Amino acid sequence: MSIFDSSLISAAFWIAKGTGLTVALIVGAMFLGLIVGLPMAAIQVYGPRWARFLVMVYVWFFRGIPILVLLFLFYFGVFSPLEAWLTKFFGVRINLPFLASVTTLGLASGAYQSQIFRGAMLSLHMGQYEAALSLGFTRLGALVNIILPQALRIAIPAWANEYSILLKDSAIAYVLGTLEIMSRIKLMVATFHMHVPFYILAGFIYYFLTWLGIKALKKLEAKTRIPGLGSDGDAHFPEANEEIGTDERLEENPNAKPVPKPA
Amino acid sequence: MSLELNKVAPAVGAESETKRSQPLLEANRISKTLGGKLILDDVSLSLDRGQRKILIGPSGGGKSTLLKCIHFLNPPDKGDVFLDGKSAKDMSQSNISAFRQEIGMIFQDFNLFDHLTAKDNVAIALRKVKKQPKAAARARAMEELDKVGLSDKAELYPAQLSGGQKQRVSIARAMAMEPKLMLLDEPTSALDPELIGEVLQVIADLAQGGMTMLMVTHQLDFVKHLTDEIIFMENGRIVEQGNPGVLLDAQSNSRTSLFCAKLTQLSSKKWTPGNFM
Amino acid sequence: MDTWEFYVKSLIPALNQGLLMSVKIIVPSALLGIAIGVLVGAGRAAGPKWLKPLLNAYVSVFRGTPLVVQLTMWYFGLPSVSRWLGGYLGPLGLPEFTWKCLILSPYAAAVVAFCLCSGAYQSEYIRGAILSIRKGQFLAAESLGFTKAQTFWHITAPVAVRRALHGCGNEIIYLIKYSSLAIIVSVMELTGQSKSLGSLYFRNFECYCLTALYYLALVSLATIILHLIEKKLEIPGLGQAKA
Repeated sequence: MSIFDSSLISAAFWIAKGTGLTVALIVGAMFLGLIVGLPMAAIQVYGPRWARFLVMVYVWFFRGIPILVLLFLFYFGVFSPLEAWLTKFFGVRINLPFLASVTTLGLASGAYQSQIFRGAMLSLHMGQYEAALSLGFTRLGALVNIILPQALRIAIPAWANEYSILLKDSAIAYVLGTLEIMSRIKLMVATFHMHVPFYILAGFIYYFLTWLGIKALKKLEAKTRIPGLGSDGDAHFPEANEEIGTDERLEENPNAKPVPKPA
Repeated sequence: MSLELNKVAPAVGAESETKRSQPLLEANRISKTLGGKLILDDVSLSLDRGQRKILIGPSGGGKSTLLKCIHFLNPPDKGDVFLDGKSAKDMSQSNISAFRQEIGMIFQDFNLFDHLTAKDNVAIALRKVKKQPKAAARARAMEELDKVGLSDKAELYPAQLSGGQKQRVSIARAMAMEPKLMLLDEPTSALDPELIGEVLQVIADLAQGGMTMLMVTHQLDFVKHLTDEIIFMENGRIVEQGNPGVLLDAQSNSRTSLFCAKLTQLSSKKWTPGNFM
Repeated sequence: MDTWEFYVKSLIPALNQGLLMSVKIIVPSALLGIAIGVLVGAGRAAGPKWLKPLLNAYVSVFRGTPLVVQLTMWYFGLPSVSRWLGGYLGPLGLPEFTWKCLILSPYAAAVVAFCLCSGAYQSEYIRGAILSIRKGQFLAAESLGFTKAQTFWHITAPVAVRRALHGCGNEIIYLIKYSSLAIIVSVMELTGQSKSLGSLYFRNFECYCLTALYYLALVSLATIILHLIEKKLEIPGLGQAKA
């Protein structure tokens, strides 16, 4: 079967459609992670001890268990029974694998994002928080109006890194049967009994998505840049062949800045 | 109710007497422990409207901590703070924030908001805390920036300003809130010598305008003429307080004058006192 | 069989077996990964001009694609390549093993995939650590009469190791977690055991709960060990990438 066979071409298109699902998966997970991670970061920097402890437990849990195990854990423990319950009482059908994947990936990402934002918040001079309080801001007001706008900007490069990692982790979700890219690749491989071309295609699609996402986030960083804020304007984005990125979620040192080039 | 009023304010004329005699700020028996160490030990002071007092003493003496306790940025462990007779202890969160609005603080490290222009730095508390509309807040901000001589730098970010300019912006920011009292925590200590003058000028203008001030500083030659009272703190306690002329007189052998002699000895090696502009 | 019996008689022994298998995967992958990382990282930092693009391409590909895809490629893809190769080499009279050797066992595929992927990430940390050393230090060494080898041993290595330690250590912790992916090429490591037992006895949730605990224990242990090593090698001022 030549690679230009029409059925193969349509198979390729079908796989490419899976990108939509992958993107939905990632966007959903990143934003869930943001919603979960930001408050946790604020609690870790400004909150009472008991709350900090709870956050640390959450982070330890979601960073200590492999994504694969987490996916199975939540699928069998939470979402399968949830789906059964929903169908039984409300007759509602949900896309179980997708929902389970998004939620699990999102909660796990939240643990990592909390450390990213924590590092960003810590890198801000504590005095700004004091100054805000001094002017009469409430603690929450100071957080929202002064700390957050800066922390979010500083965190963008690390966030880009997180995107890259999430993209790759999304491939693991195929084990739950979400019809994202990897699942489709596997199905097509089984149908056509051709391996290498499909795997290479998969590699290309993921590589391209990574490149696209990083580019978009770089644009965002440039757009929201403020002189003097953060890493002096030359944000260190994860790029495999040139810059050193802080690729990989550093467990202990969330605000480790990338290594500068020698003088 | 009216009976109680009679007790407190017997007559109209005497009413203003009572009001004037009540100090604007009263810090009562403040104690604070930080990191296991007793930083402030039963400190009390008071400021009448229009008074200007200086806190001096060796580092680690608790001066900055005292200012922060008075401002309720770090609530004291023991003791209370009264502003115009109102106690700050046991205040709810929203009341504390209102309490803080009445006091302005200038920090050693300026603490400008890095993500906002100078103008927005001054305007943001007006908009978000005092809930003023954007245009009004910005106009007020420009007024204050003008008073400190920085209206041409309004659109610049803190990273683009010199240290002296940053401190002046922070003064404008605090003044925009129309506080009753200003706390200044070593406002010029982080500045290069040639930049100190511009900030001292602004502070002198504030004093001229009648602002009640409590300042921690080492710029003795400057403040000697502005202040009503010097308070000398050491090891978390007020050791001496009194008239600057008396305390600083070299003949008096006060702890204050000994400490200041040490300071001027060191500083006179660098530049002549009084010639700081 | 009732719960307690299930846990003690079936699940835990199976998980322990799986744990052993996981360790058998993790240790070689980690060591090989570091070895590759050092070579590639050093090459990218200080190697000859023609070598750098090649190494950069390797790192780019192995960091830019999911580990899942790589694993699948090594285990499922290679046999196809091998067959195709055999179609050419067979008629040439070459022995079978020249192309059959490309067919990897599940275990071999897992280790190859993990060490190559891990190596790419490790090389980043190593490269960063080497580049973080200020040029001035090399000039000073030169002026004092150090040879290139001495410079490497006494100046570069101590600093680079400390700077890279955190990143490389974290990468190994990642390996511990991502070793769970070996199940997709049917290696019966920790996750694999729980999957099979879980589906066999319809006790999926419990099996995965226990598996999660095993991983938490492994990861926590590794984190503590890394922390201790960092503490031991600590030098004041020689922090993370403060050139």
